[in-house]
Amino acid sequence: MSGEPILSVDRLTMRFGGIIAVQDLSFAAERKKITALIGPNGAGKTTVFNCITGFYKPTGGAIRLNHDDGRQSALERLNDFRIAKQAKVARTFQNIRLFPGMTALENLMVAQHNTLMRASGFTFLGLIGVPTYRDAEKRAIALASDWLKRINLLDRADDAAGNLAYGDQRRLEIARAMCTEPALLCLDEPAAGLNARESAALSELLQSIRGELGTSILLIEHDMSVVMEISDHIVVMDHGVKIAQGTPREVRDDPKVIAAYLGTDEEEAAAVMEGGS
Amino acid sequence: MTALSTETTQASRTAAIPFILKKAFLSACVALVLFSLMIGIRTEAGPDGQLTWWTRLGDLASIVGLVFGGSIVVELLRQWIGPTGAEKLVPAPVQRSLSLAGRFLGPALLVFTLLVPVIFYNQRYILDLAILVLTYVMLGWGLNVVVGLAGLLDLGYVAFYAVGAYSYALLATNFGWSFWVCLPLAGMLAAIWGAMLGFPVLRLRGDYLAIVTLAFGEIIRLVILNWQDLTGGPNGVSGIPRPSFFGIPLDNSDDGLAAKLGIEYSPTHRIVFLFYLILALALLTNWVTIRLRRLPIGRAWEALREDEVACRALGINTTTTKLTAFATGAMFGGFAGAFFATRQGFISPESFTFQESALVLAIVVLGGMGSQLGVALAALTMIGGFELFRGLETYRMLVFGMAMVLIMIWRPRGIIGHRAPTVYLTKAQAISSDLVKEGHG
Repeated sequence: MSGEPILSVDRLTMRFGGIIAVQDLSFAAERKKITALIGPNGAGKTTVFNCITGFYKPTGGAIRLNHDDGRQSALERLNDFRIAKQAKVARTFQNIRLFPGMTALENLMVAQHNTLMRASGFTFLGLIGVPTYRDAEKRAIALASDWLKRINLLDRADDAAGNLAYGDQRRLEIARAMCTEPALLCLDEPAAGLNARESAALSELLQSIRGELGTSILLIEHDMSVVMEISDHIVVMDHGVKIAQGTPREVRDDPKVIAAYLGTDEEEAAAVMEGGS
Repeated sequence: MTALSTETTQASRTAAIPFILKKAFLSACVALVLFSLMIGIRTEAGPDGQLTWWTRLGDLASIVGLVFGGSIVVELLRQWIGPTGAEKLVPAPVQRSLSLAGRFLGPALLVFTLLVPVIFYNQRYILDLAILVLTYVMLGWGLNVVVGLAGLLDLGYVAFYAVGAYSYALLATNFGWSFWVCLPLAGMLAAIWGAMLGFPVLRLRGDYLAIVTLAFGEIIRLVILNWQDLTGGPNGVSGIPRPSFFGIPLDNSDDGLAAKLGIEYSPTHRIVFLFYLILALALLTNWVTIRLRRLPIGRAWEALREDEVACRALGINTTTTKLTAFATGAMFGGFAGAFFATRQGFISPESFTFQESALVLAIVVLGGMGSQLGVALAALTMIGGFELFRGLETYRMLVFGMAMVLIMIWRPRGIIGHRAPTVYLTKAQAISSDLVKEGHG
């Protein structure tokens, strides 16, 4: 079963009243690959994300997540938190949504809520301090420290997340999503607001997540240098429909993509796409 | 401080004089408009029923002058105490030393509380007051779970206090069950009511949540008031049994505790027993809350307060998380209610008005949302302070309001505003209140 794509979106449609944000969108995200969803502002990328992660209920279409063990989750039918809990889809947000008043470590501990809840016997066993819970908590702290080390924030583990630098917050949010041990990681503009050095570090982090941990990634991104460098597959959207897909090279040379990005002046558009790579 | 820096601050102060005068003038203008009708003109019904009026320009002038002068004084004070426009008027070193003192304050306060019945054995008034303060400490700690940790604004907390009190009163008077059997039952019933309140308000946030919880508190009170067959309506429930020392009554009889221990009976024994009972209940609340904060459920509560959307993205069931917060807070309220019933021996709906909810909420907010020690200090200040100013009679409400305004100016996030992390790798650092969210309902 592992030959199947991890995520297959089939004829996804999302309407808000009379406005059609996404129309008949079909694409697939391959297992252990990085799939990028790009397109001009207002193309409906974040709407697709919100449908996949359960924040919106799609008007029509099917979203299937194929697990390694052959299990299949119908994401369009699961409710918000169940998508993260049962279907193992984790996400980050365009505008960072950390818990600013909690420490970096605490943020990563909250991400392991469901594992720890089971270990604490749904609070009752944890309240009397059974050793199994204490072991589970130690493992959770170990996993969190491991991630803090990966994102280079180990020495800031006990600082409030709201006190971290912007780039650090971005990486912490990704680490927090990874602490839920997801099958599919959805990143909504992870490079937004990062400088060139931070973007490079981010690309490295995402590649290590895909390479070492084998987690499939779906990302929305405007920073073409990041997209072109790390994506295995790119889906281009404009006005709610898919206009192109393929490898970074194919997409870069597609006249429809260039037209969508910069009107009809293809030469100018081509220059920008080249410059980004 | 060097001479130069003194000079510069002096210079900046003199430069601000026109600003101060302008501000004072504006305040005086507002006062003139406001008071010209309220104080400047006095109307009364004349002997034949016609309207007679006369001006009191002297009084008006003195009020406006007072506002003008007061405004200058306030502005000068602001400039002296701290930089204008800064939120914090307490300098950082003072705050640090306060937090250091806080570390020893808690244990010191606990030891003192344990010794209260020994020190004040013969002062019944102080013992009664201490019991009252501890009841509010317990209520504050209970509500702290809902408001402080989970960030859900609950204006109807008194409902659970009432459920607890009536549960014990009715079970004890109708079935003759002992306090120790009824106490957990009262807590459980209150928790069930908490969950029941939780269900309809799960989708509500902020102001809407506050309004619905407020209404819930009133509904419970009105049901108690009108369900005469069960609750006795406005007459309340009387003859509620006093608690026993694990089955041994604390009275003058031959089976009483005093007789069994071979000491002379004194009514103070019961007061002291009640004192330690509420202290034990309050400490249980505190202990459970501290433990819960370090468990996944407690972290989820705080995460919910920080960002509900992010919680859902992490696979946290926000519905059950909110319900458990409501139920846990309600359970402690129920315990406190059962204690209240056994202490008073008589309860009626009058004890469970909105004012109680507001008082407990004020304790939590003044104490610093989420801080256990802060809540205890706030309860001591609010309840104890209220008694302290009894000599001022009707003015005590004024003093009280003034004190609250001052606390909100100096420490807008409560007496203890910073947050202690629940887990740490190397060192637990207090998190500044500027970063901690207040929750949105």
